[in-house]
Amino acid sequence: MSAFYALLFTVAFLVLIIGLTKKIIQYSRVPAPLKIPVTPAPLTKGGVAIRLAKEAILFTALFRSNKWTWLFGWMFHMSLFIVLLNHLRFFIKDVPLPLVLLQNVGEYAAFTMFIGLTGLLVRRIFVARVKYISSPSDYLWLILLMIIGLTGIVMRFISHTDIIAVKEFSLGLLIFDWQALPTDFPLMVHLFLVAILMILLPFSKLLHIPGLFFAPTRNQVDNPREKRHIAPWAAELDAEKNKVQPK
Amino acid sequence: MADFETPKFREYPTVPLIKQDAMTGGGPFVSRAEFDTDLGYPGELPEDWKEKTLEKMGDLLGRYRSLQVFMDSCIKCGACTDKCHYFIGTQDPKNMPVARQDLMRKVYRRYFTFAGKYFPKLVGAVDLTEDVLDEWYNYYHQCSQCRRCAVFCPMGIDTAEITMAAREILANVGKAQKYSNQIIQKVYKIGNNLGLPGKALKGILEDLEEEMEDECGVPVKFNMDEVGCEALLMTPSADFFAEPHIDGLIGYGKVLHELGITWTVSSKASEAANFGLFIGSYDNIQRVSMRIREAAIELKVKRIIFGECGHAWRVAYNFLNTLAGPFDFLDQNYPIPQHILEVTYGALQEGKLRMNKAENDHMTMTFHDSCNIARASRMGDTPGGQFDIPRAVIEASCNNYVDMDADTIKDATFCCGGGGGLLTDDLMELRVKGALPRMEAYKQVTEESGVTNIAAICAICKSQFTKMLPYYGFEMDAIVSIHQLVSEAIVMTGSMQEKELDGVEEEPEAESED
Repeated sequence: MSAFYALLFTVAFLVLIIGLTKKIIQYSRVPAPLKIPVTPAPLTKGGVAIRLAKEAILFTALFRSNKWTWLFGWMFHMSLFIVLLNHLRFFIKDVPLPLVLLQNVGEYAAFTMFIGLTGLLVRRIFVARVKYISSPSDYLWLILLMIIGLTGIVMRFISHTDIIAVKEFSLGLLIFDWQALPTDFPLMVHLFLVAILMILLPFSKLLHIPGLFFAPTRNQVDNPREKRHIAPWAAELDAEKNKVQPK
Repeated sequence: MADFETPKFREYPTVPLIKQDAMTGGGPFVSRAEFDTDLGYPGELPEDWKEKTLEKMGDLLGRYRSLQVFMDSCIKCGACTDKCHYFIGTQDPKNMPVARQDLMRKVYRRYFTFAGKYFPKLVGAVDLTEDVLDEWYNYYHQCSQCRRCAVFCPMGIDTAEITMAAREILANVGKAQKYSNQIIQKVYKIGNNLGLPGKALKGILEDLEEEMEDECGVPVKFNMDEVGCEALLMTPSADFFAEPHIDGLIGYGKVLHELGITWTVSSKASEAANFGLFIGSYDNIQRVSMRIREAAIELKVKRIIFGECGHAWRVAYNFLNTLAGPFDFLDQNYPIPQHILEVTYGALQEGKLRMNKAENDHMTMTFHDSCNIARASRMGDTPGGQFDIPRAVIEASCNNYVDMDADTIKDATFCCGGGGGLLTDDLMELRVKGALPRMEAYKQVTEESGVTNIAAICAICKSQFTKMLPYYGFEMDAIVSIHQLVSEAIVMTGSMQEKELDGVEEEPEAESED
């Protein structure tokens, strides 16, 4: 069983990294031939960085759009972020102080994450417009994340897992030194679904993670009159065109 | 004409319920082969349409980052679902921006992604059939490419990009839209969207000069093809033709005259609008844009100034430098290109224009931000200048101004309902229903603040409102050009208006300001 999980996570890690890298390379290679920032847009690269950071951290556009979706969505994402930080301790031998301190509040993030996901699921089921646009996979993602959260909560607060052994397993993974993994049911489910999530991420709508930063509508500087913007394939067209020149 | 009812004003404009298939149908008239071939399209459905469709789709995915990223990054959060004026007006769920995108995304997933190839049901992927293409044709011609959804999307997905790609793909398999293609063909053959030949245009401009002389006693010039003027004026051809557009043209003429800027229009490039944008064709946007470069060189001008036209300004501001630049032969001291409102606003700031606001006292104004100016361009040096400059010029021209509801102006503005290639009579039902949110916001200020007129800076908005206002119980001439207000208020040096104002002994300057 331990060997299966060790293998699973090695594969999942590779699929995630390779798949995501391939997508990011694709996104960077496909040119953006025209200036299409949604205006008002920043006039400098620094301004664009702030615009993207605000979208990534605060979900500014979503906040403007729908307060409930923002509330649940933001709650889920921020909680997930804290939960992920908390899990770093499984991969660092001597846990640094900030992570130790985070643990005190961090362990409750699983609850806010679960509440956020529940809110999103309820909205998806009961708001007719959102239901209309949902495919089975949209529900399954939410349910998968909810089960991951729930099994985490169970292990932390109800039926404790031998986390020392889990840590030895995860540290071993990093150096291909496969250690025994406790075989509690919640842990098995938890880890299996996390691996599934890692494997599916590059093939799914979870590509919104890199996608957010590659949207030309948000990542372009508003300076078309000052600086001539020309994409590679458009530049070829440009050279081919016998442009009229002043005499 | 199609049989439909004008939507009722809603007492509380809340999110409407969905009404399945409310707007199914065949879409606007399909183009005829003769309009298509000139533009580089086949004109009829080829036998291998399926391969051609997928091939073109793959081609565009490889050429437009927007399309590739947007196909992947939608999380179906629903943020956009209540933001489209066509959804609000028609309640058809396929007019929710995400559902409109999904029409293409379903096919993208089926043929271009691992998940859709092997688990189509799970991720909602579908096979490409002729029915799918027909559905694309119908619903991608119910989007005015106004970008309101993009403002609210947490991923920045702009449905306009997908609509443009869809129309380009459809045109490549013989399903182009008649209205847009016919107009582009007129631009190539005659020089403008209306098909107004040079001779007729010259006649109109000469009449205007005479009229100005009679009304103001000042020789305001309206040149055509005059070599050696300072500026080339690019304006929508509607400005040469109909109310309220032409009143705006008169306004540009007066401002430029007062500032001593000589200008000309070009008979060859007598159209600012670029319908290549609507059909999503880079080649055609570029070909239409190139006329401007050619005209500027031929007429030896130093500046290019654009009149009031929304989509034209998007293409001019954002794309012209890319498509037809570099413009190193023009005077680099001015923005290239420059909007007429930037010219007027700058002159007002410098105190170069004398305005008698009282001329417009019979009106209480509000302003409709045109979508492509609000969300796809800028004016002036600061972000948001596209909102502030038009308002500043209106307020310099009249005493009574009120904004509409904050959720319906600036970057949250609603499209007039006729943009993006939909300003055609065969889409009248869609246009009327899509105008609902704007008409509701207008109604509110007419009732609460006594607003009598609405100004716009786009030929499509002006034409659309002229038709829509009566459907919703308003006078059709409630819609005015901003430069129409300027035209009424401006007091040109040496004009009859100046003499009239200054001739009065008591309080000569009472109602004017610099």
